[in-house]
Amino acid sequence: MYNGGKIIFGLIIFLAIVTFPFYSNLGGSAKKAMPSLDTPEIYALATKECVRSGEYMKKEHMKVLDEWRDEVVREGKREKISVGGTELEKSLQNGCMHCHSNKEQFCTECHKYAGIDPYCWDCHFDRGEGRL
Amino acid sequence: MGIFFSFSVVVALTVIAFAGVWIPGMQYFFGVVIPYLAVLVFLVGVVLKVAKWGRSPVPFRIPTTCGQQQSLPWIKHSKYDNPQTTGQVIIRMVLEVFLFRSLFRNLRTEMNDGRVTYGSDKILWLAGLLFHISFFIVLIRHLRFFIEPVPSFINMIDALDGFVQVGVPHLLLTGVLLVAAGGYLLFRRINNSQVRHISLPADYFPLLLIIGIALSGIIMRYFVKVDIVSVKAFTLGLVSLRPRTPAGIGAIFYIHLFLISALLVYFPFSKLMHMGGVFLSPTRNLANNNREVRHVNPWNYDVKVHSYAAYEDEFREKMKEAGIPVEKE
Repeated sequence: MYNGGKIIFGLIIFLAIVTFPFYSNLGGSAKKAMPSLDTPEIYALATKECVRSGEYMKKEHMKVLDEWRDEVVREGKREKISVGGTELEKSLQNGCMHCHSNKEQFCTECHKYAGIDPYCWDCHFDRGEGRL
Repeated sequence: MGIFFSFSVVVALTVIAFAGVWIPGMQYFFGVVIPYLAVLVFLVGVVLKVAKWGRSPVPFRIPTTCGQQQSLPWIKHSKYDNPQTTGQVIIRMVLEVFLFRSLFRNLRTEMNDGRVTYGSDKILWLAGLLFHISFFIVLIRHLRFFIEPVPSFINMIDALDGFVQVGVPHLLLTGVLLVAAGGYLLFRRINNSQVRHISLPADYFPLLLIIGIALSGIIMRYFVKVDIVSVKAFTLGLVSLRPRTPAGIGAIFYIHLFLISALLVYFPFSKLMHMGGVFLSPTRNLANNNREVRHVNPWNYDVKVHSYAAYEDEFREKMKEAGIPVEKE
């Protein structure tokens, strides 16, 4: 091989970069994020249900929040939503997080896992976080 | 025309993935077997191709000289267009690899009033650069599916990429740029008659395939969403070599994955090898020092020579007897 040293050096760098996901995960646990539904508010519900099915919320919860934001802030449609027999405000902090009061174990669990930092939390916060 | 053939192949690949995953048991095939094979073909293929290129001798310095060679001290030397030293070659290569400097010289050749005219044409350079940079950032962003916990620099790239904060999930600019720049490169191939004339299926196919990959990703992120947590659990399983059968992930994910697998398999056998080839281009990576250094052709046969001095040593007595003049007594 001509200039073999340089070419092999280049190939090693290429392989080191491309196979990084493989060797960095060797012996890893490959765990899956599990959002927790274990809150007193959820136990207190007459029927354990969300505003939509769990399957739908896994994929589209951000769309629901986006639509609510538009309805409440822009169109002034502040009618209550009914979840499992409880009347709640159409709101992230006072609606969703009434039941899902465990932000760290519910919201952040998956967001962190998938590398997402939604800008919801630029303004909204968890009751326990004590920011205002 | 090549474009219809290439387009049909990309559509066929999409249909195969879309139809395939409805067959019971085929999710494992499309989700695990095909991606592993594709990565294997990609890695082995690229290494073998580069090793094959490495075995080709480079007998003489053949850099493309785009400026004044090093000459007399009062003649200005064009260092990075006609490099003389290894250091200058490295700077030339860095500028080439990261900024596509040679493409910046691209000209538009046109007939105007029966005369050939040459005009500046930087759009190709701009679109090419945007296409590559966007693709690279998109790739880096995807590392969030392959590392747990996600490193902070990937979150930072994601935040920068989505700084316009449009919609949820927030719009990522590189995805849009990738499709836009790829779309322009495709448009140029079709629109410019000279370029269309020399375009082959091998030119259209990778472009259409990459646009297809980008579009399937965009559709998956903004329109037909999938459960991203299941996707990451699945991709982590793949890279930790403990694949689990993907469950509950929509067909759009398999289309995305299958098109990427097709790209990986196609890569080592195609023009996409310019990724490795740019580093091995003798017209770029050699210093123009033909006059300064003696370069011996590496495949020269080791010729057995019989010099005159040796000849005279051998026949000196006989030459003297015959009256032939000799140099050494």
